[in-house]
Amino acid sequence: MADVYFTEDHEWLRVEGGVATVGITDYAQEQLGDLVFVELPEAGRKVAKGDVAVVVESVKAASDVYAPADGEIVEANGALGADPALVNSAAMGEGWLWKMKLADESQLVGLMDEAAYKTHIG
Amino acid sequence: MNGEATRKLPLADLHEHAGARFGPFAGWSMPLTYPPGVMKEHLHTREHAGLFDISHMKLFEVAGRDAALLLSRACPLDAGALESGQSRLTFFLNLSAGILDDLIVTRLGPDRFMVVANAGNAASDEAHLRAVAAEFDCTVDPLDRVFLAIQGPEAWAVLSRAGIETGALTFMQGMEPRPGWFMSRSGYTGEDGFEIGLPETDARELVGKLLADDRTMWVGLAARDSLRLEAGLCLHGQDIGPETDPVTAALLWAVPKGLREGGSFIGADALRGVIARGASEKRVGLKPEGRQPVRAGAALVDEEGNAVGRVTSGGFGPSVGHPVAMGYLAQGIARPGTKVFADVRGAKIPVHVHALPFMPHRYRKG
Repeated sequence: MADVYFTEDHEWLRVEGGVATVGITDYAQEQLGDLVFVELPEAGRKVAKGDVAVVVESVKAASDVYAPADGEIVEANGALGADPALVNSAAMGEGWLWKMKLADESQLVGLMDEAAYKTHIG
Repeated sequence: MNGEATRKLPLADLHEHAGARFGPFAGWSMPLTYPPGVMKEHLHTREHAGLFDISHMKLFEVAGRDAALLLSRACPLDAGALESGQSRLTFFLNLSAGILDDLIVTRLGPDRFMVVANAGNAASDEAHLRAVAAEFDCTVDPLDRVFLAIQGPEAWAVLSRAGIETGALTFMQGMEPRPGWFMSRSGYTGEDGFEIGLPETDARELVGKLLADDRTMWVGLAARDSLRLEAGLCLHGQDIGPETDPVTAALLWAVPKGLREGGSFIGADALRGVIARGASEKRVGLKPEGRQPVRAGAALVDEEGNAVGRVTSGGFGPSVGHPVAMGYLAQGIARPGTKVFADVRGAKIPVHVHALPFMPHRYRKG
């Protein structure tokens, strides 16, 4: 059973065996509106917590998505190249953004669970 | 153009009720999107009818014996030669021929004109027009109106069902169908459509009728921007401004030929100078390769990395299905087919100069 965490920047992480699948929340995709492009990271890229990992572009604006922890990108969601709107239709599922091998799982301490996140967005 | 939201639209309660997401624009809190979202709102406008609240824009009535003389002085326009009911795109220029604002002027009668100005410039436009009017026998009255746009191929049919016949108007014509109303067949989307200024009580009744027709949908400022960009239309303060003259902005077509040489409007001498010298750069359409949007502020460079221009508007075109942009390029290379590169967060995105508009205009011409 994977653990799911949420950040204050409206990202979710599903962690399984030291690898986190990362995406933006349904709340975030609603705020951004229809996505038309996702600038995906290369596999193998090392990121530190707070680095811009992905840029999502809506019709109107570009928005940064930050690495929620230190680690190495192992895969980007190639399906978003052809269909970036997957992030709108399935933010928590098929619209995931990237997978990363976590350098230090203790960085997950302090992230929110789903109930805490729901309170956070009101 | 973006500023702190200080003013609410008269119909703000209707937008809240419709579930709009608001954002600041030109000192107003404006509906940016409604629940269907920018993509659906944009496409609905091109297929059916989009309803826009553009009450942030300003209507001025210019009236009096010298009304035509005033407008012919303030704008590169032969206002006296306009027939009653004719509308024209024109400008207020400064002494350097820079564009203070772009306007639609409509002749309402022998001594009366309607001027439609941009929200961000409403206050400075009024001051400018009043200052110029001091030399003339006429009045300048800012009108207190709700201003609606209904745009799209079914706009005329929706208005007809709501009891408003539009058959007397073709593109760039305007009239006063009822007391206190001003209606023109024009818009900011490239589609057939209408802009209607009217008192708030009438506006509430009209909006109710229009939205009762399922061909009509509220459309926010986000889709208004993507629609106008596909149509190749300029946003003042972004694509044109006091630093841009009509030649550089590729808008010289809006200055009647006879006035380019002989006009005595404000900025005429400077404009003659630009025409004689030629502009050093020119506004063009830009089509980025691939799917990644190129946005306002991005620098344009050539193959060798030399600066050759800048992007002034950019985003995604829902109807054309690819990113669209416009900007300025050095004169020698500002022609369709030229390939340059936009700097987007350090990456160089290939961009091709593209003829404007991206989406063919579908105006109802006479």
